[in-house]
Amino acid sequence: MHVYAYLVSGYLILAGSYGIVRSRHLVHAVVCLSVAQAGTYVLLISIGYQHGGATAPVFGSTTKPNTHAVDPVVQAMTLTDIVVSATVSALLLALAIQINKRQGTADPDELATLRG
Amino acid sequence: MTRLTRLLVFALGGGVVAVAFILAASGMPHFGTTHHLYRDLSVPASVQHHTANVVSAVNFDQRAVDTLGEESILIASVIGAAALLRPSEDETERLVPEQGRTLEATRLVGYVMLPVTLVLGIDVVAHGGTTPGGGFQGGVVLATGLHLLYVGGSYSALDRLRPVTSFEIADGAGAAAFALLGLLGLVSTGAFLGNFLPYGVLGQILSTGTVQVLSGIVGVEVVGGMVVLLSSFFEQELAVRPRDDD
Repeated sequence: MHVYAYLVSGYLILAGSYGIVRSRHLVHAVVCLSVAQAGTYVLLISIGYQHGGATAPVFGSTTKPNTHAVDPVVQAMTLTDIVVSATVSALLLALAIQINKRQGTADPDELATLRG
Repeated sequence: MTRLTRLLVFALGGGVVAVAFILAASGMPHFGTTHHLYRDLSVPASVQHHTANVVSAVNFDQRAVDTLGEESILIASVIGAAALLRPSEDETERLVPEQGRTLEATRLVGYVMLPVTLVLGIDVVAHGGTTPGGGFQGGVVLATGLHLLYVGGSYSALDRLRPVTSFEIADGAGAAAFALLGLLGLVSTGAFLGNFLPYGVLGQILSTGTVQVLSGIVGVEVVGGMVVLLSSFFEQELAVRPRDDD
């Protein structure tokens, strides 16, 4: 059972990729990419998790600083991951809008020809 | 490439990835292990710099240069999307009169939640060093909170509340200020983005030195970037029309 969380992240990455392969609409493909990226969040967070009531890595007067907390470094990396994911989605959606305007379709299968 | 060949190629590649991933996962440290090397290093480093929120300490102190890179990615993406979405030569920009109506309940919730969300966003940015949150999270809350005015009101109301030009400036100024603070740190401490402000008592809002300042700067940049980004998408949907429509 100790690999269960890791397998969930692998499943999300593959499921998202499968969605991109099967996609019939560019916006759908962008959403599938977000699903695949969600797998990386799950992977990072599960690497940092600790059993036995470990707290969030935020301390104060009630929770004195100690190392019985989940890993803050992977949490910070997840934050970076989410920001990059959001910016990539924004750029791809902007591209999808332009492609739809220029080619009159957003179906990746009908975009076989390259035009200058 | 037909859909079938593409599926076959994916089945082959995906299968290999799946097997490799399962092998890698079974060799990894157990889920929930007590052995976290990075945690054991970063928590004392954060406490030493009087930062209660270790995630913020990692982002704005221990790995602050990475955050500068992340900020640059954000601003590059905003510039890219804005460039892609600006009206081309054969298009005009004209706000079409809005149709449809908003439910009274939606309008009420929009107007009630607008100030609440803005205050919450400012709170999340302002306490980035001490409680969960920080510039990125609070910035997103603020930027999306502004758009409650569109949900509850109208696009023209939103347009009056958020002059896009000033948010464009905020986006750029935020990115520049982050780099400038890094240079100030370089001059006064000898390390780029080094902390040159006094520390306070752990857990208090101004205890964290530059962490809180950098968090606020990132908050400004994220608000600017998100508003510019969303406004380009809005304009595309509501205002940009082919020229021959006239």
